[in-house]
Amino acid sequence: MADDLRAGRIVIVGASLAGLRAAETLREEGFTGSLTVVGDELRPPYDRPPLSKQVLLGQAAADATELPMRRDPDAHWRLGATATGLDPLGKRVMLADGDSLPFDRLLIATGTRARPWPNAEEAALDGVLTLRTWDDAGRLAERLAAGPQRVLVIGGGFTGSEIASACRERGLEVTVTERGPAPLVGALGGTLSKLAAGMQRAHGVDLRCGVTVTALRGDGNGRFTGADLSDGSHVAADVCVVALGAVRNVEWLKDAGLAAGPRGIACDGGCRAFDMYGIVTDDVFVAGDVSRFPHPLFEYQLLSLEHWGNAVAQAEVAAHNMVNPGPLRRPHLALPTFWSSQFGLNIKSVGVPTFSDQIVLAQGSLEARRLAVVYGYRGRVTAAVTVNMAKSLEYYQHLIETAAPFPPAPGAADRTLAAELPLPSDVPDPKGLSHGPLVALTGHLPDRRLTMVRPG
Amino acid sequence: MTTDTLLRRITDYASRPDPYPLYAELREAGPVVQQADGTYLVGTYHEINALLHDPRISVDPRSRRAPDPDLSTDQQLPFLRLDDPEHHRLRTLAMRPFGPPHSPGRIDAMCGQITEVTEDLMETLGDRTRIDIVDDFAYPLPVAVICRLLGVPREDEPRFREWSDAIVASADVGTGDDTTERDRAGRQARADMGRYLVDLADQRRGNPGDDMLSAFVNEPDPAMRLTREELAETAVLLLIAGHETTVNLITNGVLTLLRHPDQLDRLRDDPGLLPGAVEELLRYEPPVHMRERIPLADIDLAGFTLPEGTPLVLVLASGNRDPKRFHEPDRFDPTRPDNQHLGFGGGIHLCYGGPLARLEAQIALGALIPGLGTATLIQDPPPYRHNAMLRGPRHLPIELQEPA
Repeated sequence: MADDLRAGRIVIVGASLAGLRAAETLREEGFTGSLTVVGDELRPPYDRPPLSKQVLLGQAAADATELPMRRDPDAHWRLGATATGLDPLGKRVMLADGDSLPFDRLLIATGTRARPWPNAEEAALDGVLTLRTWDDAGRLAERLAAGPQRVLVIGGGFTGSEIASACRERGLEVTVTERGPAPLVGALGGTLSKLAAGMQRAHGVDLRCGVTVTALRGDGNGRFTGADLSDGSHVAADVCVVALGAVRNVEWLKDAGLAAGPRGIACDGGCRAFDMYGIVTDDVFVAGDVSRFPHPLFEYQLLSLEHWGNAVAQAEVAAHNMVNPGPLRRPHLALPTFWSSQFGLNIKSVGVPTFSDQIVLAQGSLEARRLAVVYGYRGRVTAAVTVNMAKSLEYYQHLIETAAPFPPAPGAADRTLAAELPLPSDVPDPKGLSHGPLVALTGHLPDRRLTMVRPG
Repeated sequence: MTTDTLLRRITDYASRPDPYPLYAELREAGPVVQQADGTYLVGTYHEINALLHDPRISVDPRSRRAPDPDLSTDQQLPFLRLDDPEHHRLRTLAMRPFGPPHSPGRIDAMCGQITEVTEDLMETLGDRTRIDIVDDFAYPLPVAVICRLLGVPREDEPRFREWSDAIVASADVGTGDDTTERDRAGRQARADMGRYLVDLADQRRGNPGDDMLSAFVNEPDPAMRLTREELAETAVLLLIAGHETTVNLITNGVLTLLRHPDQLDRLRDDPGLLPGAVEELLRYEPPVHMRERIPLADIDLAGFTLPEGTPLVLVLASGNRDPKRFHEPDRFDPTRPDNQHLGFGGGIHLCYGGPLARLEAQIALGALIPGLGTATLIQDPPPYRHNAMLRGPRHLPIELQEPA
């Protein structure tokens, strides 16, 4: 049986981080069959985190972020090919050029794309950009290098904030509009979002919170000139970056009968896709940003993550499970982690900060711009975010994995009085994380670590 | 024998050549093993790693329930023995002329200098058929490097070697013996060495060279300047750490390779394996075997409570051989995957000079390996230095045969 799984035809749709890591892992795990990787961009797999940082600062060229390969995955690369459909019964992936690829097992790693400005006519104005691909980054870097009078960033999430940081570092005037009360509030909650807002303003960002952009304006030549805001004001700018989050690339699956929707494709703890009836498939796997998967530490709610580390970890688990029989399969239990660098701050997170009702400033202080905030939900630790204190993260990761009580035990050398006072986490209701049906698996309890990874 | 004598048996000089069976006994006895003097020993990888990252664990000797009465609260300590936030402030200032983000290319740029020093030493060895790896190579190399880096005259080595010996002896883990005299001598040496280094730095004020002492005293931003006391402690720490540890790494490297001729052959055929081999050495025969810590609160760990104020000894070298973490831990394998060893510690006190030590060991071993094919150990095990915490051979005499 195991030998059968190591042969045959595997198709991976998606040629970015998750697709590449899965391809490498398949070979590492002894897969000897034919491997095809389909990607709609022409470039070989590249790394995205630098696109909103070093590339915008002119420290790296957009086309210099190619991902190093751990090994040659010996794959047939179909780059520049768009998958348009999946026939689950005939086991074929249809491509836009009319070709179709037969498979024995399929991995879907189609990721996300930038959410476009909703008004197509306004979005087409010269100077209105999004940031997701290397192409986007190259275009934006070029615009920034040309020295615009002002850049307008719509959306104060991580991408928008990093773009604003790069603009200020380049000495460019920048306006950020955010519908919420502060930047990053959706991801980090109220307390840290206040720090983020303070940092942006201290670095000279014209930050407008609690407003939306109602219209983008252009001149007679179709060039972007500014935007109208919901508070009646107008921002004159010559570059606009729409940073309104991501859209999952699932449209090509609309007739495939899978549990695919705007939040991604639901899969089980072993990365196997569910069909539309909630029945698990055994030949279609999912990994990376396009997946939604249950996590025992977060009440088995289906998490959709747009994290670099999740793409890697999940791709490795998916690939392992594609070539191993049931009892040897592994669950994807990695804790979500992410990082961002902006305005001189190194922000790192472990766990799910939005899965919380309280927070506490466990170490450091806002004034020192160096701190660890711990998030709790119903009396247990569920997340931690550090600012310029990354070495502390591992400790909090352990607390999350062992469902340690919240607030965390006192005693840290750099703990201040603030650590005595848990505050409301001030994030959207944790139930907001639950998209669609809850899928309960086996009887894991959050405080039991049922898997132990041993080397060799 | 009972397990509450383990620390005493580990620090017993007779155990120096091979403490690893005692480490196995320690891991077997449980993750946490109390000693007759009250100290706790921890020798398993995951528990050591958890404690290294725990913000409730102090390195400050004044956190002991019964602190040394000679250590006052206002005395300046090096950042190695301070907790955050003070540790972070001083380590960050010390890092400015040494590493990222302010001096990202500094260590890479030393590659040429280290190679030069290495070649000079190799030349001095000439055609000799009998050499002492420690005195002829592994000690002078890092000393020359740290002297250049800090800006300390190489010819003063006999002076600071004496101070350094006294300081390192006083910093060894407790063995229950009366350490009053040892501690007094260590404090005196620390003060003398600090004065010597601050004097050197003063000479560079307004007249900077390309060295770290110059950078410290010529820092333009007043907020980023070290006080005299801080400068003394920091400079003493860097000078000692820079030459008391790398010597063991290089020497242990030669010893281990001569004990594993098959691996020596592999490395000679493929020098690309060297960086991995140095990581494996840091796991298999690390220069630093133990670190002491003190809980700032009662800490629950693996079913035990580590009481506030009672010293813990983290046996890093035992964690490096923990079969629950490393596959076949007693095998020396330069190509070992997933080798997150504890050779440089972990957490906020992760070795400051690690990147430099790695580079020195890679260059030094890379230069020695081609000639080791015909070498034999004259004495195995070699004579060891007394220190149990910073463990390494005192001498490593080897015989080099003329190639036939």
